[in-house]
Amino acid sequence: MAGTWGRFNVVSLVLGFAFLYLPILLLVIYSFNESRLVTVWSGFSTRWYVEMLNNRGLMDAAWVTARVAFISASVATVLGTMAAVALTRYTRFRGRLLFTGMVFAPLVMPEVITGLSLLLLFVAVSFDRGFATVTIAHITFSMCFVAVVVQSRLISFDRSLEEAAMDLGATPLKAFFQVTLPVILPAVLAGWMLAFTLSLDDLVIASFTSGPGATTLPMKIYSQVRLGVTPEINAICTVLIGLVTVGVIVVSLVSKRRHLLRQ
Amino acid sequence: MESLGSTRRSFAPWTDPDAKPYIRFENVTKRFGDAVAVDDLSLTIYEREFFSLLGASGCGKTTLLRMLGGFEQPTEGRILLDGRDLRGVPPYRRPVNMMFQSYALFPHMTVEANIAFGLKQEGMPKPHIAERVAQMLKLVKMERFARRKPHQLSGGQRQRVALARSLAKRPKVLLLDEPLGALDKKLREETQFELMDLQQDLGLTFIVVTHDQEEAMAMSDRIAVMDTGRIMQVATPAEIYEAPASRFVADFVGSINFFEGVLAGSAGTMTRIRDQSGVEFQISDDANAVTGDTVWLAIRPEKISVTRERPAEADNALDGEVWDIAYLGDVTVYNVKLDDGRIVKASTMNSQRRVEDALTWHDRAWISFSADAGVVLTG
Repeated sequence: MAGTWGRFNVVSLVLGFAFLYLPILLLVIYSFNESRLVTVWSGFSTRWYVEMLNNRGLMDAAWVTARVAFISASVATVLGTMAAVALTRYTRFRGRLLFTGMVFAPLVMPEVITGLSLLLLFVAVSFDRGFATVTIAHITFSMCFVAVVVQSRLISFDRSLEEAAMDLGATPLKAFFQVTLPVILPAVLAGWMLAFTLSLDDLVIASFTSGPGATTLPMKIYSQVRLGVTPEINAICTVLIGLVTVGVIVVSLVSKRRHLLRQ
Repeated sequence: MESLGSTRRSFAPWTDPDAKPYIRFENVTKRFGDAVAVDDLSLTIYEREFFSLLGASGCGKTTLLRMLGGFEQPTEGRILLDGRDLRGVPPYRRPVNMMFQSYALFPHMTVEANIAFGLKQEGMPKPHIAERVAQMLKLVKMERFARRKPHQLSGGQRQRVALARSLAKRPKVLLLDEPLGALDKKLREETQFELMDLQQDLGLTFIVVTHDQEEAMAMSDRIAVMDTGRIMQVATPAEIYEAPASRFVADFVGSINFFEGVLAGSAGTMTRIRDQSGVEFQISDDANAVTGDTVWLAIRPEKISVTRERPAEADNALDGEVWDIAYLGDVTVYNVKLDDGRIVKASTMNSQRRVEDALTWHDRAWISFSADAGVVLTG
């Protein structure tokens, strides 16, 4: 099929991939640079990874981020799943359209606005900004992503499975936990992964809602970059890229396996 | 003893005025918004009956079944099961089980776990569950597949698992929504008989929803033919076929010819019907119509003979031209075009392999039928 691989296609493919991945590739390569200067290659070394591990501030920020991401993703998954169930099931309740719109609006809302409004809220109720406020803010915006992912799965979910469970004597709650949830679990986990990564790399909302002692990794990196890019930053970014890539690969492999099994 | 159709029934509680009704729908109406799915419907079903709800899609038959299962609540009227009003009783507290059209097998559980699901909800002790599951697997001949997941089974096997699962709790009534709909023809015929045997052996009441009239005819003690949320006729398969109550039922079940006409008069047991083109028919059924009423004479194709010559002692005979022939193997269907342009369908059993001087397209031919072959309908 030489015809389908015309010169034009090859060129656009190469350009496209270069556009997407060249910056990342440079970052990864330079994280293994010996030199302190980011732009001058002087030989392979892993010293910046060691420096990174010894950088107390960076590691603290990483730990804060991990905790925020874990807690917010977990809570958002529960809330988002509940919202998705309500939206797909009770199609006739009053104000459903409004509610749907309100759940999904944060998807398109500029982050600056979300961040600012949350900040105003926390100030208004004089909630001390810190770990809790970042976490709450992350739950707020990642919840709707979970809701979207879970809802799309629930739409194709055969309601009669749940009815069959009830028919066999399970209360609606038991039917949900024993039948519905196990069946939609892949979507729920995908939602969790999405919420986790969203929280992991959020800078804008975290900057608005965080306080002293709760600096997240993106905030830390951003503030350090303003003083100049160090190879240490390259190193931690490479680690982050690695984590996200592994996560994405695992999720897609798992869903592929399930898909194959189903066939 | 003479009977309608080729079978006689020993089980017929509906003819016994003292028989205790088991399931009663009393003036049940179900509306979804403005749409009426079930319209002021009353129906009585007896214990151990194999009852079918037959109708086209959207006639309300599935809604009726779902109301009995507890998945829908009647807007008006009430449903009684063994004398108990089912209003407000949720599905998980009803002594009925349902086999869903999609089978609704739990995809994340093995065949065994699927069958055990209902028993676990009951809190049955583990050894008893295992015993019952084994029994059910044996019943549907699926012992070898106990550890499989539903997606590793064929359509027919899934159907069996669904059946086993819905029977595992030993319900008083089993509701089956298009139980054979997803199976291919051969398998469907086999399964029909298995279902009938199972129902007999277990002594259960079966209520089946189907749009397939052959299926309903083959399996049921009685059939309710439904249309637009109402019951058009409740009767045995033979009565539905041989003595339909209306043109709708006659037309819905099997194929049939209608001659619209006027009741011209009667003498003794014979009724004369004059149809639109002036032909008079002699029929031994009058459907309580009186002279001058508009009536429809309905005749099944297999009760009409097609011959080259006019048969000597035919009560009724018309001549026309052979317009179309469909050879189906067991029967041959002739479409005979009368001189006024109407087409009459007649079918002949092919009881011989070779036929002398067989009819062919555009031959002149006579169609004839006896006086008791037709049914007179008034609506």
